[in-house]
Order: sequence, then structure tokens, then C-alpha cells
Amino acid sequence: MAFFIEVLVGGLLAGLMYSLVALGFVLIFKASGIFNFAQAAMVLFAAMFIAGMSGEWGVPLWLAIPITIVLMIGVAWVVERVVLRPLVNQEPIVMFMSTIGIFFCLIGIAEIFWGSSSRTLDVGIPRDPIFVGNMLFQTYDLVAGGIAVVLVLLLAAFAQWTRMGRVLRAVADDHQAAQAVGIRLSTVWVVVWSIAGFVAVVAGVVWGGNLGVQPVMVDVAFKALPVLLLGGLTSIPGAIVAGLIIGGGEALAEVYLGPIIGGGIQDWFAYMIAMAFMVYRPEGMFGEKIIERI
Amino acid sequence: MIYRESGQFKTTYAADQAMLPILQDKIFVLAVIALAVALPFLVSNYVIQALLLPFLIYSLAAIGLNILVGYCGQISLGTGGFMAVGAFAAWNILTRMPEMPILVGFVLGALCASGAGVLFGLPALRIKGFYLAVTTLAAQFFLVWLLQRPFFVDYSATGVISAQEIQLLGWTVDSGIDKYLFALAVVVIMALVAKNLVRSSTGRKWMAIRDMDVAAEIIGIRPMMTKLKAFAVSSFFVGLAGILWAYLYLGQLEANAFDIYTSFDVLFMVIIGGLGSILGSFLGAAFVVLVPIFLNIVPGWLGLPLDTAMVSYIEVFTFGALIIFFLIVEPHGLARLWTIAKQKLRLWPFPY
Repeated sequence: MAFFIEVLVGGLLAGLMYSLVALGFVLIFKASGIFNFAQAAMVLFAAMFIAGMSGEWGVPLWLAIPITIVLMIGVAWVVERVVLRPLVNQEPIVMFMSTIGIFFCLIGIAEIFWGSSSRTLDVGIPRDPIFVGNMLFQTYDLVAGGIAVVLVLLLAAFAQWTRMGRVLRAVADDHQAAQAVGIRLSTVWVVVWSIAGFVAVVAGVVWGGNLGVQPVMVDVAFKALPVLLLGGLTSIPGAIVAGLIIGGGEALAEVYLGPIIGGGIQDWFAYMIAMAFMVYRPEGMFGEKIIERI
Repeated sequence: MIYRESGQFKTTYAADQAMLPILQDKIFVLAVIALAVALPFLVSNYVIQALLLPFLIYSLAAIGLNILVGYCGQISLGTGGFMAVGAFAAWNILTRMPEMPILVGFVLGALCASGAGVLFGLPALRIKGFYLAVTTLAAQFFLVWLLQRPFFVDYSATGVISAQEIQLLGWTVDSGIDKYLFALAVVVIMALVAKNLVRSSTGRKWMAIRDMDVAAEIIGIRPMMTKLKAFAVSSFFVGLAGILWAYLYLGQLEANAFDIYTSFDVLFMVIIGGLGSILGSFLGAAFVVLVPIFLNIVPGWLGLPLDTAMVSYIEVFTFGALIIFFLIVEPHGLARLWTIAKQKLRLWPFPY
């Protein structure tokens, strides 16, 4: 039983990490209807710049992180100007493809600056294991889980209580109505991509601190996608709950199911959970009900 | 002036519904095919193996995916998985039944891919749009994982599974030129099949589903049959492309050769080339295969002293930037540019 709880908690905390990446997707999808594949590249981009600046230029971390956040705002601005504005009103699949273009551009820039070698990123989160009874937990996972929770609360507070948050909710609700009352969509997009960039910085620090910073990091996207799907593309709480379900399910499946049908099932297990659930409810757990009209 | 259809009268229904109703188009297509046949004798073996062969095979995969995404409107990211199924199914069939003719084995392998496509297409009846795109990633990851299980690969002793030699009526396909011609024959035949399929009633049903599935259902098109048919046909093409990739290009079977980035590459080809256009599949494949190679040699021409790592980073960046550039210039793909050029050519040199 202790082993079961240990695996489950480890899985749940890993699931929160997936949620961190999925959050960025959700924010942009809500505000602009764009399925932003570049989110994973933003995570890598942020992590590479933080690790690179602190490792190669000797910039202290407390300075490197804010600089990177400013950089992500710059990225958001450029993306809005160069990519989103000329493509406004195009079909969703074209927008999706353009974010794949952004994906490659960001990876390219990060590699031009910092190369593709693996770096460590030590943000001072303790990594000692702690024991509760006879169960073993990783401090790092607990702290990272805590960061994820704080980030979600921050985002919720921002959306609920600030003027900009209200604007974002209005746009998410109805683009045209929001424009009609005088909200500038282009500003909203820059803000939303900046917030997604901020989320990417947090995710990059947490992921990079745990596994090291290297280009393979973009593969976290493929972990975040089923989370996104299961939670529903438009729901922030959905991303968290789905992250927990998928993280927990995946860890348990790997331990208990893996030996029976062969290892390495974590690559696809989350997708299968998501797919099975989607057949039952096509918009995910908390997604907006899809209404079709002719 | 040259490209003009005036004076070409259609006297039968058959002539009116011909695939290439205009004489100049006919001549052009035949010239392209003639050039394609002559090409391998004019260029080096390296060009054949590194450029032409991948181009042909990717074109076939792109045609397959275009049927699904461009004509039926179901976005799929499982292309790599279906390619792998085709290749591994063909290999297993040919290994376990050595007396089987190799072409029959290929067709059976592609049919297996078709079956996998239908299986993973089932959720498409309820899931739509991006939800479906991500769901098809399940096919990608699951199938590639499945094909690495011992059941499918335990015939190899060394770990490397080499593909069987292709022998056809005494013709052994082993040199670069042979492989190219074999691939060319398959691609031309399949492209003809696809072109005719999409202008048949099946193709029109696919397009109706793509444009608005609820409306299509109301006018009496059965969404289930139509969507599953699209998945089956598309996966057949894609599976065949996977077989060619393994047998002609790699010469060995490797599930990891069909990873998620293969799926993305093929989707790129379809979108850059043009959704809903067979010609676009070829143009897109040419773009995606040739651009990285081109980007790789440009710094050499300019005499820039860059190390190879830096060149590959810049290549990644430029590739992304080019995708964005082409989407902004022409969101409907290269095929649309071609159509526009033809329209202009009809009036040239005396536009009114």
C-alpha cells in the first residue's frame, strides 16, 4: 500500500508538471482560438535562455529570470506583429501550421544562441528525499507541485480581479462582442501570448531544474497534449485536473501494467486515456459544449 | 497565348469529363512524366538516393494525407504510425510467407495500414477538429510502440531488420535508378487513382463532409461510411509510402524511422502544397524535401565560415520562417499559386 501511494503521489506531481505546459496552450486557445503548438518551444526557449545566461554569461538567476520574462514579452509582440496580424481570419488549420512555424523559429533562435548541448539549471530547490512513515517522496516534486498550484491561483486571481483579466475573459467569451465594446484584439493577443510566455518561463525553470535543459525538452509538448485534450481545450481547471488524472494514471500503469504488456507504455498511455474519454465526451471534461449549427 | 482552350470543342461527355480537358495540360503532364523517367539517367546516384527517392515517397504519403485532411477535413497527426504499420505488415507477411509475390505482399501491407486507419478513425465520428488531431497522435505513439514488440520483429537475429529484395518478373530492384523507377511507377499509378477518386462521387462526399458535416448528413451522406472510407483510403496510400520508405529508401525496417516528426513533415507538405490538391502534394513534398538540403548548401556558396552545428541551427530557424512566410503569402498553398499562374497565362500577353 505504501508503495502504491508513493507511485501515485509521484505520478500526480509529475502530472502537475504536464498541467504547467498545458496551461499555456489553454490560455492562448481561449483568447484567440489558436491551437498554439509553439508553447513547448516557448518552454524550451525560456529554459535555454535562463540556463545559458546564468551558465555562460554569469548572470545571476534572480536577474536572468526577469530578463527572460521580458524576452518572452518581446516574443509575444513579434509573434503578434509578424505572424498573427497578417493571418487574421484565416482557417484554424492555417493558424495551427503557423504556430508550428513559430515552433521551429524559436528552437532555431535558442540553438543559434546557446547550441544544443545539455545544461544544468539549479534554481535552489532542494532535492533531498523525505520520508512520511515508510513512504519516500522527492522534495523537488513537492516544491514543483506547489509552484504549479501557486501559478494557477495567480492566473485565476488575475483573470478574476484585474481589469486586463476581465478583458481576457470577455474576449474568450465572444470575440465580436468584445470588439464591439471597444476591446482591441491585437493588444489582448500580445497580453495573452506574454502570459503564456510567463507560464513557459515557470514551466521551463521547473522542468529544466529537474531534467536539465536540452532541445529534447520540447517533447514535453507530447505529454501536455493529452492533458489538454482530456481537460478540454478551453478550461484552466480542466488542465489541472486532467494533469493529475493522467500523471497518476500513467505512473500506476507503468508500474502495474507495464510488466504485463511490455515497458515504455508511458509514451501512449495518456493518449489512450484521453481518446477513450473523448469518445464519451468529445469536448473533454470541462471544455465548452460544442454546439453545431447550420 | 500558348495556353488557351479556345477552339478545343468537346463533342462527347467522356471528353468533357476528362481528367485533363485541355490539350496543353495533357502535353505538359506527359512531358513531366517523360522528364521524370529520363531524369535518373542524367543525374548522379547521390541525387537520386538523397533527393528524388525521398521526394517521390513523401509525395505519395502527402497525397494520402491530403485525401484525409484536404478532401475530407479530418486532421490527422498519425501519418508516421500508419506508414510504420504498412512497412512492418508487408515485411511480416513476406517473411512468414516467402512464396508470396512481393507486390501482393505490398498491397496486403498497405491494406493492414488501411485497417489501422479505420480503427483509429472510429473516434472521428464523435471527435472533431483539433481534438481529433491530438487524438490521432495516439495512433502515432501507440502503433510505433506496438511495432517494437517482439511479436513483430522476432525474425531478426542482429537487431537490424533488412528489407527483402524486390524482384519483379525477373527485374531485381537494387540500383538507385531501379529503385527510383519502381517508386515512380507506384507514385504515378497511385496519383492517378487518387485524382480520379477525388472527382468521383466518393470524393464529392468527402468534400461535403469537409465543408460542413452536419449539412452533408442532412442531404443524405452517411458521415460514418464517408469518414471511415477517407481514413481507409488515406491510410492505404500512407501505408504504401511507408513500405516504399522502408524497402527502397532505408533498405531496413525501423519503427523509430516513422516518428512524430515524420507525421509533422507530411502535414507540412499537405498544407504548404495546398489542401485539397493532388498537385499540391507534389509541390509540398518538393518544398519540404528540397528546402533543408538547399539551406544546407547556401552558406557554402556564400563562403560563410560556419560550422556544421550552426548551419543546422540556422536551417531550423529558416525552415520555420519559410513556413510562416508561405502561409502569409498564400494560405491556400503552392497549388493556388500554380492556379493563379495558369489564369494569368490564359490572358497573356494581352490581358484586358
